Amino acid sequence: MTRAGAKFWVGAAAVMLLALAATAILKNEYWFYAGFVVLQFVVLATAWNILGGYAGYVNFGTSAFVGAGTYAAIVAIKALAAPLGVQILLAAGIAGLLGFATGLLTLRLRGIFFSIATVAVAIVLETFIVNWRFVGGSTGIQILRPVDTGLFGSYTKMLFLVMVGLSVAAAAIARTLEISWIGRGLRAVRDNEEAAESCGVPTLRLKLIACTISGALMGAAGAPMAVYQSYIEPASAFSLNYSILALAMPIVGGTAHWSGPVLGALLFGTLQQVVSATISSELNRLVIGVMLIVFVVGAPAGIVGLWRKWAAKRAGAGSP
Amino acid sequence: MNGAPLLSVEGLVKRFAGFVALSEIRLAVAPGERLGLIGPNGSGKTTLINCVSGLLRPEQGAILYDGRAITRMPAFERTRLGIARSFQIPRPFRSMSVLENLMVPLDYVAHRGQLRDTGAQDEAMALLAQMGLAEKAQAFAGSLTQVDLRKLELARALAARPKLLISDEAMAGLSGAEIEEVLALLWRLNETGITVIMIEHIMSAVMRFSQRVICLDAGKIIAEGTPTQMVENPEVRRAYLGA
Ligand SMILES: Nc1ncnc2c1ncn2[C@@H]1O[C@H](COP(=O)(O)OP(=O)(O)O)[C@@H](O)[C@H]1O
Ligand SMILES: [Mg+2]
Repeated sequence: MTRAGAKFWVGAAAVMLLALAATAILKNEYWFYAGFVVLQFVVLATAWNILGGYAGYVNFGTSAFVGAGTYAAIVAIKALAAPLGVQILLAAGIAGLLGFATGLLTLRLRGIFFSIATVAVAIVLETFIVNWRFVGGSTGIQILRPVDTGLFGSYTKMLFLVMVGLSVAAAAIARTLEISWIGRGLRAVRDNEEAAESCGVPTLRLKLIACTISGALMGAAGAPMAVYQSYIEPASAFSLNYSILALAMPIVGGTAHWSGPVLGALLFGTLQQVVSATISSELNRLVIGVMLIVFVVGAPAGIVGLWRKWAAKRAGAGSP
Repeated sequence: MNGAPLLSVEGLVKRFAGFVALSEIRLAVAPGERLGLIGPNGSGKTTLINCVSGLLRPEQGAILYDGRAITRMPAFERTRLGIARSFQIPRPFRSMSVLENLMVPLDYVAHRGQLRDTGAQDEAMALLAQMGLAEKAQAFAGSLTQVDLRKLELARALAARPKLLISDEAMAGLSGAEIEEVLALLWRLNETGITVIMIEHIMSAVMRFSQRVICLDAGKIIAEGTPTQMVENPEVRRAYLGA
């Protein structure tokens, strides 16, 4: 393993230990309830960035994949009484398949046309769920949380830890892709797709890989929502918020490096929780809008880009 | 021409929304040949090599490479078979360093399926040195001058280790000395057995380099022959000077 690789895994282990310690120390359930939401966005932003950041294909339909994951979990609970781990795997599988199918149908489209097609997928899928009685249709469905085993203190704490695990897994997958030949190929696609093809890059295949992995991670992030919220309706499971935030967070954090979406989601997600808890949830939208404008105009490479610039300047000033 | 051609194009037709950019193009290129492709602006030279390299699908006709039909083959597979091209308007991977630009074809063609560090970096550096880009290896491709971008185009095409190299006006904007350098490089490559198709507006260069020259005008081949024959050909003169 490289030094950077070792550093990543030490960091990942430290994060998981810290999270475990927090569940043992902190008594107030609110922290874990809110933390779950922030971490869900870490997964979503990271997943979005695999296609949107690395390959430059902007997905406006994150909600389709999250909703597919949530409803896959609901089916797993209702039909199979499956445990959470199985729900997540099934959700990832279904959403990954959805990603592959969406990719096959739409990835030949360039730029804005691809983005519009992803919106259509979200609308079609939501309509399908609204008309599916087995999962509650438009009125929604009540999900009973399993009996609390007391493992990790409470069910909410356990869900929080699951999301920590998913976040670490998502970051690890994104990082692995990024530094592999696949990452280089995806960057080539983003920079110039025809030149990439001419350099031997199988562009359609790479985009399909990215779309499938991205979709699977989004679905995995959506799965625990079934037991987290205990009442699920299509309008919230396919909320436009997912699509907007999963795109906004990587842009704020920086799309070139795996840490960009993670930072963007932590910052943005935390700010959102604070604003909606202390001021109002209406103001949330405004905060998102203003931050997006500030970053798109002032720092298109995001927080990571600003950091790199600053580090380069410091290195430059340090040498004679 | 002795033996089987490396590339042959048969009855190729390419239209853009009714406008006929190529009509019934027939040509063959022998292994190891140096072919010049000339013709006024808009005569279809770039369109022809877009069809050969796979970025465009022709409406009619067939393209054979090394004895097999590649007319419907995706571009990346053609590159892996040995067809590489440079772009007339440079298309660098802007977010990457100059070195990494070359790593893309090295990763995906020559060093495909190999584990890390099998000399790809060294190979990239050698190519950059050959093109006089060695000091700029770590610079962002987006920050290069037009002239350096053209050199990068050629270096990146070479990184795919082609059997057939198509250079689309690689010398535009280069100084006299730089043109000589690129010509010398293409000569050397040709001596190692690489077939070269050179599209060029700089007549002195293409006439000196080519064994055979084809002239396109309005999507048709209007003349074909040795450089000397071409210079004397009235059709070619008319196409170039304007009717
Ligand atoms: N993608 C395209 N769409 C529409 N017309 C095109 C396209 N590419 C080339 N053409 C047209 O085809 C003709 C040949 O162009 P091109 O092959 O670029 O010529 P050359 O390389 O010889 O200068 C021109 O009239 C050009 O406008
Ligand atoms: Mg041209």
